[in-house]
Amino acid sequence: MTISSKESATAPPASPSSPTAPRQGTQIRLSGVTKDYGLAAPAVDAVSLTIQPGEFMTLLGPSGSGKTTTLNLIAGFETLTSGTIALDGADVGTLPPHKRNLGMLFQNYALFPHMTVAQNVAYPLRERRVPKAEIARRVAEVLELVQLPGRDQNYPAQLSGGQQQRVALARAIVFDPAALLLDEPLGALDRNLRGALQMEIRRIHREVGSTFVFVTHDQEEAMNLSDRIALFNSGHIEQVGTPEELYRRPDTLFTARFLGDSNVFDLGGSPVGAKASWEDSTWTIDPATIAGHPGVRSHGAVVVRPEDVQISRDLQTVPAGANAVRATVRDLEYMGSYRTVMLDVGQARQLGRARIDALDAAFAVGDEVTAWWKPERQRVVAV
Amino acid sequence: MTAARRRDRGVDPIPWWLIALGALVALYFILPTLIVIPLSFSSASAFEFPPKDFSLRWYENFFTDPVWLTSLGNSFLVAVLAALIATVVGTAAAVGLNRLTGRLAGFLRTLLMISMVTPAIVVAVAVYISFLQWHLTGSLLGYVLAHAALGVPFVLVSVTAALGGFDATLLRASASLGASPLRSFVRVTMPLISRGVITGAVFAFVTSFDEVVIALFLRSPTFQTLPVQMYNSVTFELDPTISASSSLVVVAVTIIFLVPLLIGSRKKTR
Repeated sequence: MTISSKESATAPPASPSSPTAPRQGTQIRLSGVTKDYGLAAPAVDAVSLTIQPGEFMTLLGPSGSGKTTTLNLIAGFETLTSGTIALDGADVGTLPPHKRNLGMLFQNYALFPHMTVAQNVAYPLRERRVPKAEIARRVAEVLELVQLPGRDQNYPAQLSGGQQQRVALARAIVFDPAALLLDEPLGALDRNLRGALQMEIRRIHREVGSTFVFVTHDQEEAMNLSDRIALFNSGHIEQVGTPEELYRRPDTLFTARFLGDSNVFDLGGSPVGAKASWEDSTWTIDPATIAGHPGVRSHGAVVVRPEDVQISRDLQTVPAGANAVRATVRDLEYMGSYRTVMLDVGQARQLGRARIDALDAAFAVGDEVTAWWKPERQRVVAV
Repeated sequence: MTAARRRDRGVDPIPWWLIALGALVALYFILPTLIVIPLSFSSASAFEFPPKDFSLRWYENFFTDPVWLTSLGNSFLVAVLAALIATVVGTAAAVGLNRLTGRLAGFLRTLLMISMVTPAIVVAVAVYISFLQWHLTGSLLGYVLAHAALGVPFVLVSVTAALGGFDATLLRASASLGASPLRSFVRVTMPLISRGVITGAVFAFVTSFDEVVIALFLRSPTFQTLPVQMYNSVTFELDPTISASSSLVVVAVTIIFLVPLLIGSRKKTR
């Protein structure tokens, strides 16, 4: 699937997180990028994507979806089977990695264990024959930026995982690379540290203003960090958009399921028009909620987020115009700030979820209820 | 202090009988070598143990006789050059084979290790026959080439072991930071595998320094190494100078073997 046509439709935001960016980043344009290892299907199949200068773009997807291979193709660690990669219009597809001027952050930090923090950070500057005095100044500056001053004479083994990743970050941005590539850099850290470093990465992106390409399989991380997300699925890009677009306006069932929880009502082959029927319910379809994806016409599904589903004990309280379905309470999960009601929905008794107020204790397992939502809050996607 | 360290590592105390057994095995290995040292300080002109009185006459003999000194110098020169070649070739082979996978790598590895398992006399005869044709017998170059080939497997093994703990992501990181593959090798790979390289070099040096079988075939009146001279002195002259030279070799080799250990402990304390 090529998404270049779609990109003009959903123009990327003007990087809302960096209003005072000191420097514009580099544009990265992938066209028809393919990597074929000669297996059943190509690892990356004709991916086209334009990453705007200064943008924080996340390549999100399950393992084996091609997101890491795509990053390695941009970095030059893998060779292209076909397609082009251009930085600010200049083709770099055949350049070796050390000539691409791209910073990279690895999951295992990849600090040089035989060098001190200062020597690690100075490494890219020494390779570029920067004068000694300037190296010292820039190393001190960047260690200040990642909030790690005073540790420059330590060896990596003497630092914690979070500190090591800060050093790696400093090393990857100290030479003003055209862009920073981040390969699941927070994967090895525990939850609390992860949150703190996510904030750090967002702040540093804001301050240096260069293009960031971030790979992760963690949808929460992707939503927290990104200007835009490119969602990968078995070698192609399923959808590109802001986190909100992907969450609120998924085009396909895969996108709807990968980001957040969804109630999915498969319409089978039945036509999608002003009305749609699922089992014995008939629902109103708001035309604005139908995804532009061509697959919707042949096989669609109605997707509703749990937070948009209300439940009522009797039909009278369901407002007119709402789409409703009969359900039985299967289980209740108390989550602290809210309560999740697990439902057996319809004749097929498929699993449904509604998120209700934490203080609402009106329901018990086995209750017969009506689950309902406003037609404008649903989304019709391609299966 | 050692007890405390053992506790730190969480290792159980070692029973006394295991220590005794270890000491016995160590003595069995070391004693024959150690006998030669007191012998070398004897004043008698025939071998006798224990020596009756103390003298340095055999050392004096060793260091004043040009035959002994020349062969010592030859041995040293051959060993240094052979170790140098073996280290470069063996390290390059180890790094290259580390990146290869599959059957080819296994085949090449076996091929390079073959001189380690081939009986020395077979190698020696083969070397002798081919070197006769190439006019390399009795020459420095001939000794160096033959001994370098013997040293390669040692370097290959020790460098391969060092590469086992080497994280290949570091090379990607280095490339992303702007270093060419050659620069990455010099600044990242070499420092991290240096212990393996030094260990291999020491083994290659010692292998050449005490090699006697090939050296016997290649010797000429103009060029011979110390082990050959020692062999001559025992078989033809029964000269106790050999005990002095043996002692010197034992001490020298021991010191050389301690080099990688000392480097290792210096790294740890840093």
